[in-house]
Amino acid sequence: MTARETRTLILVVVAFALLACLPLLRHGYLLSLGVDIAMYTVLATSWALFSGPTHYISLATAAFYGIGAYVVAAGIGTLPYPALVALAGLAGAVAAALVGLATLRLSGVYFVIFTLGLAELVRQIVTWVQNNFTGSRGMYVLTSITERMIYWELLALAAAVFFIGWRVARSRLGFALRIIGNDETVAAHLGINSAACKLALFVISGAFAGMVGAIMAPRLSYIEPSIAFTSELSFQVVIMALLGGVHRLWGPLVGVIPFTILWEVIAARFPTQTVLLLGIAFLLIVYLIPNGVVGRIESALRAAQRRVSHA
Amino acid sequence: MRERTVLDVQGVTKRFGGLVAVDALSLAVRENEMLGLIGPNGSGKTTVINLISGALRPSEGEIFLGDEMISEWPARAIARAGVARTFQLVRILHSLTVLENVMAGAVFGHKRLWGAAARKFALRQLDRVGMAHAADAPTASLTCIDEKRIELARALASDPDLLLLDEWLAGLNPTEMQIGIALIRSLREEGRTIVLVEHVMDAIRSLCDRCVVMNGGAKIAEGTPEATLADPEVIRAYLGVGHA
Ligand SMILES: Nc1ncnc2c1ncn2[C@@H]1O[C@H](COP(=O)(O)OP(=O)(O)OP(=O)(O)O)[C@@H](O)[C@H]1O
Ligand SMILES: [Mg+2]
Repeated sequence: MTARETRTLILVVVAFALLACLPLLRHGYLLSLGVDIAMYTVLATSWALFSGPTHYISLATAAFYGIGAYVVAAGIGTLPYPALVALAGLAGAVAAALVGLATLRLSGVYFVIFTLGLAELVRQIVTWVQNNFTGSRGMYVLTSITERMIYWELLALAAAVFFIGWRVARSRLGFALRIIGNDETVAAHLGINSAACKLALFVISGAFAGMVGAIMAPRLSYIEPSIAFTSELSFQVVIMALLGGVHRLWGPLVGVIPFTILWEVIAARFPTQTVLLLGIAFLLIVYLIPNGVVGRIESALRAAQRRVSHA
Repeated sequence: MRERTVLDVQGVTKRFGGLVAVDALSLAVRENEMLGLIGPNGSGKTTVINLISGALRPSEGEIFLGDEMISEWPARAIARAGVARTFQLVRILHSLTVLENVMAGAVFGHKRLWGAAARKFALRQLDRVGMAHAADAPTASLTCIDEKRIELARALASDPDLLLLDEWLAGLNPTEMQIGIALIRSLREEGRTIVLVEHVMDAIRSLCDRCVVMNGGAKIAEGTPEATLADPEVIRAYLGVGHA
């Protein structure tokens, strides 16, 4: 490890340790905001691990999240909770692998549409199963898990995402993805299996979304298809990641924090217009800051450096 | 002097809809040989390179690399089996540094090195093409010949058994051309097995052991550069295009 990496590692550990103390403040509103921010951090960062290098826009987050939530709802009486979270991660990974195998050979546009349709498809299937076999619309997840435990679980998951992102960037897989992002024809002629590389990252992001759904299930407490599979979640994740920037591991975080706080205000004031506002936010980001806030800042820094070195 | 056959193309045809881009072409390349593949514009040379490297699949016929039939393989498998190429229009990986561009060849190709070993091997290839000084430079603002050198170094970094060069000398100015020809000659002296697609006749005369001439997708001549370039049918094919 270089001196710089060691310094970064120490900073990250200190930051996580401080964040882990948040519940000790016994401030209900702050804790609930903390849970939201931690949740979106895991979702947006793992989303960007896949979408940053491949340029594929996935709207499947809600599908994997919902599957994770339902794993808990269905298994809460029979299996210990930690096992259910692991199982939810596995279910998210398997679902992502199936979707990836079917769609990652398609061009980007088809991929977006398919992933958007996926959440709806899974939701319809779950609704149909519930109507025909269980006879109830929703399911209760009643546990003794408190908000602060949920917060700590999500924080641990966030640490795991950052660790995996860091490992991938330093691996053959990470190098392959950078080449694929540049030129897929060259990648193929160098011996890279593009489809397998993309699939690996998509599976990782699916596993994380599934685990997040499982961790959030006790907070939702009553789970029905329209709550678990809300495509608004998929759009929010995309917007936050793009707002921050997907070219750095910590880029999405820069988008998650302001957007989550802002969204609290907006959703409270205009509860019926959230979809419209999400759409507008999406367009503004794509047109005005396609490389995210982090990309903007970095290019401004580079320009300033050039000016200084020319002066 | 009967050397091992590295590449054997047998009766390969490639159709694009109604257009026959390659027409029942056969050719063989022996170990340590430099084969020139020439012909007028649109005669199917690049398509042949694409068929060998797996970018395209033949409509008919077979391609063998050593004893393996590779004509149904995807490009990545052919690359791993030891075929490397450059592109007629240079393809540099722009968000990578110069050295990373070359490392890409060492890490994923035939060679599959990693870490310090990949770095070292890539640096050697950069040195080999005279670009070691630019290793950590970004790829923006490179001259044409530098881009071509990097692409060649990337191909060499996979330590290929067969190297396919598609008009690697095209677009160079006269001084760069001399450097380029010297570089390819040094590859030949190293004993590399190379298929060279080229329009520059001087280069073909001085570099190639043997030539295959294509016109309209079909092979119209084969032999030493002197003999094929003097062949009346070859002259007619080139003039025919020039005067059409
Ligand atoms: N992907 C493709 N789809 C359709 N037609 C193609 C395709 N690739 C090549 N062709 C056609 O096949 C013929 C042979 O093209 P090719 O590029 O192989 O010629 P070439 O000998 O390399 O020419 P040049 O010297 O100009 O590079 C041309 O008529 C070209 O238009
Ligand atoms: Mg060509």
